[in-house]
Amino acid sequence: MTFNLSVSPDFAPDHISGWYFFNTWLQRTLDIGIHLELYDSFDAQRKDIRADKFDLIYANPYDASMLVRELGFQAVARPASQPDETVIAVNAESDFHSVEDLVEGCRVATTDDPDVHTMGMIMLESADLDSSNVEIKQHSSYVVGAKNLLNGDADVGFFLKDAYDELSELIRSRMRVLVRSEISVVHHSLLVGPRMAEHIPALQTALLTMQDDAKGKGVLESMGISSWEPMDVEQTEFMIDLIDTLID
Amino acid sequence: MSEQDTGETGTVEITYFDGTKRTATVVDREVPYPDGKLIVSRTDPKGVITHANQAFIDMSGYCESELIGANHYILRHPDMPAVAFKDLWDTIGRGEKWHGYVKNLCKDGSYYWVKATVIPNVRNGQLVGYTSVRRKPSRRKIEESEALYKTLLAEE
Repeated sequence: MTFNLSVSPDFAPDHISGWYFFNTWLQRTLDIGIHLELYDSFDAQRKDIRADKFDLIYANPYDASMLVRELGFQAVARPASQPDETVIAVNAESDFHSVEDLVEGCRVATTDDPDVHTMGMIMLESADLDSSNVEIKQHSSYVVGAKNLLNGDADVGFFLKDAYDELSELIRSRMRVLVRSEISVVHHSLLVGPRMAEHIPALQTALLTMQDDAKGKGVLESMGISSWEPMDVEQTEFMIDLIDTLID
Repeated sequence: MSEQDTGETGTVEITYFDGTKRTATVVDREVPYPDGKLIVSRTDPKGVITHANQAFIDMSGYCESELIGANHYILRHPDMPAVAFKDLWDTIGRGEKWHGYVKNLCKDGSYYWVKATVIPNVRNGQLVGYTSVRRKPSRRKIEESEALYKTLLAEE
């Protein structure tokens, strides 16, 4: 039987090859067949998740909620010291210097990344802004969102912190951060579906020692992850409860 | 900090819903809510704190060991009407999510405003506690809540 692996579409483009290396490493280590399918759209991936297409997913926290509570997935590991944080940025020459400076009607460049969009909108609340009084434009990537800020087509942009930090220096030098979230306990995680449950002990052992051999370490580096940390059921439920409080 | 803050210090006796009383110092000084942070805590079903994140520790002025095992009501500011917390408990008692604006009392008597959300934590069909997440409210919402709570307090 061949299992199916997918990755939350918000991974950095530089790490695409890393996920293919990871898939090859996993197949060799667990001695099972795994097919990797990548998406550039959250909606398209979510449709296939609901169609029960996957057995192993590196999921964002928002989708982890659906995967665990509705589809019986179990979180087995998360990347060490890599919480998901959101950055709200403006054009470096913008008159806005704090979130409270933002005004009704301002134009927001966002993506279909559900966690980042949710956190971004929450951080606008202190300026009395919400989806009813700002102009939200969804872009296909953070780079496109950044370009909209730079050419004046948007007033503020929402970015996954890691994606913001990986924008080119030239782009970042022309932008200014208004606020960075500091939540710490919300992060991506690797989840295993019911069909693959029997492989969880071997998978968890392999992941948690992955950084100890040269090959595993190289694969981790190519994915931009230093090592994996274990995740138990209660840690997962806690994160999902927290996400639930953020969704109105 | 609110423009109306006087910095005056006083003491007030607070009676909690379970009959417990304590004399608390109250200082009319607002601690600004930090941008980008969420205050996160968890309690058991009776409201006893079982988890507090660093933002909660920083804002409340209590150390972690003082918060864990204490009832969440130690944060209750005397300017908060009891009816607001009754609504909270009634709502989460029905298994629903509660949102509200809350003025919290710091250990040193100063205060901070939050937009709070509380949800029941259900595991295998059993209520095991509550998670509360607080975020930065807008100044307009704080002013509206101040006026409303003043009216509700006067009616108590």
